[in-house]
Amino acid sequence: MPTGRARPVRPAREKGAQRALSLMVVVALTVGAGVTAFPLFWMLSGSLKPQRESISFPPTVLPSQPTFEHYVRLFTELNFTRYLMNSVGVVLISVVGLFLMAMAGYAFAKFEFKGKQPLFFLVLATLMVPVQVTMIPTYLILNSLGLTNTLLGIALPTLVSGFGVFLFRQFMSTIPTETLEAARLDGAGEFRIACQIVLPLSKPVLAVQAVLTFITAWNSFLWPLIVASDQKLYTLSVGLALLNQQLAVNPSLQMAAACVMVGPVLIMFVVFQRHIVQGFTMSGLK
Amino acid sequence: MRRSLLTPYLMAGPAVVLLVAFGVFPVLVAAVVSLTDMNISGLADFSRVNFVGGANYAALVEDPDFWKAIANTGLFVVVGVPAVVVLSLSVALLLHRSDGRLARGLRSFYFVPAVTGIVAISLVWGYLYNTQFGLFNYLLSLVGLEQVQWLSDPTLAKFSVALVAIWRGTGLNIIIFLAALQGIPDEYLEAAQLDGAGEWRITRSIVIPLLGFAIFFVTVTTLIGWLQFFDEPFVLTDGGPLGATTSMSVFLYKEGFRLNQFGYSSAGSIVLFAVIALVTLAQLKLRGTDADR
Repeated sequence: MPTGRARPVRPAREKGAQRALSLMVVVALTVGAGVTAFPLFWMLSGSLKPQRESISFPPTVLPSQPTFEHYVRLFTELNFTRYLMNSVGVVLISVVGLFLMAMAGYAFAKFEFKGKQPLFFLVLATLMVPVQVTMIPTYLILNSLGLTNTLLGIALPTLVSGFGVFLFRQFMSTIPTETLEAARLDGAGEFRIACQIVLPLSKPVLAVQAVLTFITAWNSFLWPLIVASDQKLYTLSVGLALLNQQLAVNPSLQMAAACVMVGPVLIMFVVFQRHIVQGFTMSGLK
Repeated sequence: MRRSLLTPYLMAGPAVVLLVAFGVFPVLVAAVVSLTDMNISGLADFSRVNFVGGANYAALVEDPDFWKAIANTGLFVVVGVPAVVVLSLSVALLLHRSDGRLARGLRSFYFVPAVTGIVAISLVWGYLYNTQFGLFNYLLSLVGLEQVQWLSDPTLAKFSVALVAIWRGTGLNIIIFLAALQGIPDEYLEAAQLDGAGEWRITRSIVIPLLGFAIFFVTVTTLIGWLQFFDEPFVLTDGGPLGATTSMSVFLYKEGFRLNQFGYSSAGSIVLFAVIALVTLAQLKLRGTDADR
């Protein structure tokens, strides 16, 4: 950090220049933050404008007569209740994936078994495969399993990630083996140990993974688009893409729909920011 | 004893099976399908699928659309990678410098775009870019400039689409750079300060070299990301106008799922995979020589 603690004594003029620079940096950062967050502000403001106001020129910054009519319309006239339920469904299914990743991470961290190294290599190898390569084959596989047009089929391709397994393994390697041995001597079964000792001890990494899993599942677009051709199975993201084509003339409605999709993630972000930042930092070091 | 031998397999099994089924096995399937003429009729009846050898690859080389997609992807990489790396590094350095409460609060604003869903975001940016009632054209008119076709001018559309991806792509990298900045020992900077080095000099000669690995890592992951660039052009412009924003990934999606040319699209995806694998290998090699120094 350029502003260290043990700063040498400097002439007053130089100190003043430093303070001026610090002020300029803060001003620049504030402006930058405003610009970065502006599209989200514009989304919220637009969602509350009556349609006529949202397409007026010049545009107004804040709605002159705020209205919730577009939100009401999304859930009454358009199918957004259904889309929302489907998105929630995909998120719930992905919780199972979270559990599977934790279990696999535990096995790779604390057990010795034949084929462990090659299997773990396989897990890591999946990180290198771009989704464009797996897109068509996965569709063919799901199709032959009869899973196209099901929520399970939407969630399955991204249910577990090699990176998630890796992260759990890294964390669980630090759990002392003596703790597990003591439980074994007390006669606890292996799965009981996993669920009642290992999982509670892994809360930090579980929190990170849970938040990231939610965001990924909630935002996922490509798989729902490919797998769901029946409107009944559209998730929010696919429903929104459809809205884009149908209702280009009503920006207010579109902004309201965008708010419905971004809102929950924003709330998650505000509440769990520490975990998200931690998770991204870890995912950056993979 | 028998039971405990099986235990790790039961625990790791489900996740590994899913990863193999949807992460490894598909690569093999793609390689095989790329050698066939599989299309929608082959989907219903496998006996209609014929082995065509390298015909799909030969056709790709002849396909002007494929070359156009490669050129577009190249442009996106050339514009996007430096923009994301320089922007996120600069913001991270500034955020790290001002450690006050205000700056800490400001961090969230920079992180937030990274967690937003692309479809929702494309609606918002589409509204901002709108030629009739969009905000950007209004701002241009305020300073007396002419109206601009943000998404329907073939050249400008490329940059409009890239801008949205840059907006979404910096947050994650800022977090990575901030973490790396925190890892720099204070003693180094204090020593430099005692030697009378100015702030700019310290940043340039000490901080940035110490961030070498982080910069390198961010550059490579960003590069791979832009090589796979898909979401923004797909939802904002659908690869248009006139294919001006069709990246390799958009090209593959359209060939595969709009035109149902599964064999042809798979061949293209194998080419993309090869490119990405080469970049990753180059990364490992570079990192190796870096460690030797």
